[in-house]
Amino acid sequence: MSASAGSLPRFIAQRVLLVIPMVWILMTLVFVVLRVAPGDPISAALGGKLTPAALDQRRHALGLDRPLIVQYGDYLGSILHLDFGKSFTDNQSILSVVRDNGGATLSLTIAAFLVALVIGIPLGLLAGRLRDTAPDVLIRLFGIITYATPIFFVGLLVQIHVAPLLGLPTSGDASPETLFVVPERTHILLVDALLSGDWLSIQDVLTHLALPAFTLGVAICGVFIRLVRVNILQTVQSDYVEAAQARGIARGKVMRNHAFRNALVPVITIVGLQMALLLSGAILTESTFNWPGLGQKLVKYINGRDYGAVQGIITIFALVVIFISLLVDVVNALIDPRVRY
Amino acid sequence: MRRIAAFIATPFSKTQGVARWMLVIGIAITAVFLFCAAFAPWVAPYGFAQFRSSSGADFPKLAAPSPHHWFGTTDLQTDVLSRVIWGARTAVEVVSLAVIASLLLGMVLGLVSGYFGGWLDRVLVLVMDSLFAFPSFLLAIVFAFLFTNLIGSGFLFLSGGVLAAALSLTAIYIPQYFRVVRNTTISAKEATYVEAARALGATDGVIMRRYLFGNVIQSVPVLATLNAADAIGTLAALGFLGIGIQPDEAGEWGFDLQRALDDAGLGIWWTSLYPGLAIVLLITGLTLVGEGLNETVNPLLRKQRLVPVEMTARQPTVPTSETSVTSR
Amino acid sequence: MTLVEQVPATPSAQGPVIDVRDLRVWYGTPRGAIRAVDGVTFSLDGGETLGLVGESGCGKSTLGRGLMGLLPDGAKRDGEVLFKGDDILQMSVHDARAMRGADLGMIFQEPLTRLNPLMRISQHFEETIKQHEPSLSKATIRERAIEVLSLMGIPPTRYRSYPHEFSGGMRQRLMIALALVLRPAFVVADEPTTALDVLVEAQIIRILNDLRENFDTSLLLITHNLGIVAEACDRVAVMYAGRIVEQGDVRDVFGQPQHPYTRELLRSTISLSTTGLNFIPGAPPDLIDPPPACRFHPRCRDAMNVCADKDPIPTVSGTGTRVECWLHGPAQEIPAGGDAPLPREEIGLADEA
Repeated sequence: MSASAGSLPRFIAQRVLLVIPMVWILMTLVFVVLRVAPGDPISAALGGKLTPAALDQRRHALGLDRPLIVQYGDYLGSILHLDFGKSFTDNQSILSVVRDNGGATLSLTIAAFLVALVIGIPLGLLAGRLRDTAPDVLIRLFGIITYATPIFFVGLLVQIHVAPLLGLPTSGDASPETLFVVPERTHILLVDALLSGDWLSIQDVLTHLALPAFTLGVAICGVFIRLVRVNILQTVQSDYVEAAQARGIARGKVMRNHAFRNALVPVITIVGLQMALLLSGAILTESTFNWPGLGQKLVKYINGRDYGAVQGIITIFALVVIFISLLVDVVNALIDPRVRY
Repeated sequence: MRRIAAFIATPFSKTQGVARWMLVIGIAITAVFLFCAAFAPWVAPYGFAQFRSSSGADFPKLAAPSPHHWFGTTDLQTDVLSRVIWGARTAVEVVSLAVIASLLLGMVLGLVSGYFGGWLDRVLVLVMDSLFAFPSFLLAIVFAFLFTNLIGSGFLFLSGGVLAAALSLTAIYIPQYFRVVRNTTISAKEATYVEAARALGATDGVIMRRYLFGNVIQSVPVLATLNAADAIGTLAALGFLGIGIQPDEAGEWGFDLQRALDDAGLGIWWTSLYPGLAIVLLITGLTLVGEGLNETVNPLLRKQRLVPVEMTARQPTVPTSETSVTSR
Repeated sequence: MTLVEQVPATPSAQGPVIDVRDLRVWYGTPRGAIRAVDGVTFSLDGGETLGLVGESGCGKSTLGRGLMGLLPDGAKRDGEVLFKGDDILQMSVHDARAMRGADLGMIFQEPLTRLNPLMRISQHFEETIKQHEPSLSKATIRERAIEVLSLMGIPPTRYRSYPHEFSGGMRQRLMIALALVLRPAFVVADEPTTALDVLVEAQIIRILNDLRENFDTSLLLITHNLGIVAEACDRVAVMYAGRIVEQGDVRDVFGQPQHPYTRELLRSTISLSTTGLNFIPGAPPDLIDPPPACRFHPRCRDAMNVCADKDPIPTVSGTGTRVECWLHGPAQEIPAGGDAPLPREEIGLADEA
């Protein structure tokens, strides 16, 4: 019964098997929800812009006049080939939309996540240790207020008050010169800028990233604060902490090595959940800061009633979220030896 | 009469410390908004889409706060204060509907699933977990999209947009209640007192109603309150993106903020500040209530009240070495 | 058939290792102070094992924790706890903490949750030893750990395992090893076998008994199981409602119990010759407002008037047993009429503690 790494592959295989039905359910849900609406997608998106004959032609070309079951099977099948369809309004393949805009969303969410961690975890640790004192109350209030304030409101306030003070840009992910100068390699602007080695471009990209990432990061840090705090409260009371004290271990060491460390482990699990929160928040942040990511595109397609695009993009989001939670489970298994069994 | 007063005072009397203040302040804030929501037609000076006064004069456009318009006016010449108050009504309507509906559905499904188990349970768990894993806001967008097209005009006193928004919020919160109720049901199901009841001949329905329901009901208030807080935020976000409630149906804070985005650059602060503050305050109030309840109810988080000990004087024991008297 | 050999205690020349005088541990609550330990006096010599028995809620655990200094916030101690002559209660927090692990050891009740699940056993030992002897090398630490582990019957190959890979009994042995690795002179064992099955219990008791030979440790064994005490302890102290009502050599106390409570306790134990169940009517008293004078008098069959009136004065019998009871108390202290039986109502209505 030793801690062999051999059980890890088995654990991963189990988790992957579990993921497949979940993916299937979500795909079906997206399909059903978007198709069940009365009227057909094409009229909704393009009705009034094209003649009825042209509309029929479009419908036929996109296979929307076939029975629903056939369309459903087609939809699932194409996903397996990583074909997420085309948008109705501007005839773009969803894959290309993701390629062009996904990088911006990716850099925004990762940067925001880091901001949230850096702010949230230390504050949570502090609040848990100093329970019910003034710092604890203030930190918890801070967590609640940042959660209560809508991202677009924070963004608004940041744009009005903070941006002029720090001289940071509030729109877009880079100035036109940078976009011109930096060669596109990975489709992620930040990475491309770093690869190009041009210091001015890197600076430009980072300054554009600063405010949106900060806004989104502050908006979600409340979750980390609350989680870490509650975990600390529980680990501090645990039996093994008392046993360590009985062996004369210094209080500071007991807190650090037993209470804090064990309290942070569940945080890793919650990371997966935060991915979902981050993506939702990203959509709003991109609208507020004119950030050219997938979220902004999604909103545009929604307002244009473009079912094809909306279906494709949401499918991709769902897959990303599930994949990340799978990754998180694996990391969790690596850290916590009990999970593998 | 005294009992009613005592009941109202329970947030203050039965709790202590930080939890008490959270509860009290939270309830106070929420009460203000509930009041505005209930009495909007009488409290608000004007209608939410009203752009001219009763005497026929148009309201000024983007006017700064003044004695006529305490919070100023918007670019559509509507009164900001009125829109904030009417927005409270919209928020309370939509969110109450959504929370109650998802609570009922989630609880029923959770009870049934947890109690009967088997393949029904497995399927439901899989569906709920998938829903739960998905970004709730995205899901809300998708559902709002669906319901807006589906519903059209409306039902009773609820307009189409309000109903659509409420239904989409309902859909995304069901999994939470389902999960909590199912888990509690499963652990309560195996409890010995349930076994005893069954041995005495109680039917499934009786067991579910009398034994499991009471257990399950404990965690629901906290969850419902925190859900309501989240729902307000989600509703505002939907309104910000222009999905769900249309401007002619009802006032909505998120929508107001979206329009205020352009005003910001021109130095106009009142169109965004007040709706924004309203959202922050209401969500904070509800979250404070939820967290305060959680602290009080959850035994792990509850802190024992420390009372300093006063010891009496020490009485040293004086051993005597007398041999024992014959015992009785 | 005795499980372990009775090893006679060797009183050290310097006096007792632990000398407790009038120890009180009170907790503050809104209703009033809980007098969990209300004036306890005893002492332990080197290599001696003292069993501390009593019902649930009598204060035994609090006493053990109070000696170690592991009480929650809001508890207050009073009296003297002399460890080799130094009063622990007067020490600074820092000095008191330094004594834990090196001079005072504790073995807890629930072995399953007492080890950090994310740390290997080796890390537990390294942490403990390094705290008290920071200059030792990792190799020396490992040597010491393996030495004490093998005494507990745990092979060196398991040194780097995680806690969840051990069974309950093995985890308790790990806890004992951790508590003893620095050779403390005094160890408190708080119900070490309550959570374990009978066979494992026997193993653990044998290990605790060997402590005396291998380590010359003074052991305070807190338990509600009289059988273990009979087998493994030199002396026994019977605790009721925060006070020690009788203490002495195990064979004397169990053979000829003097305090009515001790008598009832012994009668309630079950053996192969038991034909009916005996129990003590009533319930343990409320520690916030205990009965006046002798705390046992509401439940005592032989209670006299003086028992409800004046605190019993401790007496020492010929065999060395110390008892607090008016039945054996100094007769001249009993007022006239005080030795008449106490009139009472049904005991069954006694308050729950």
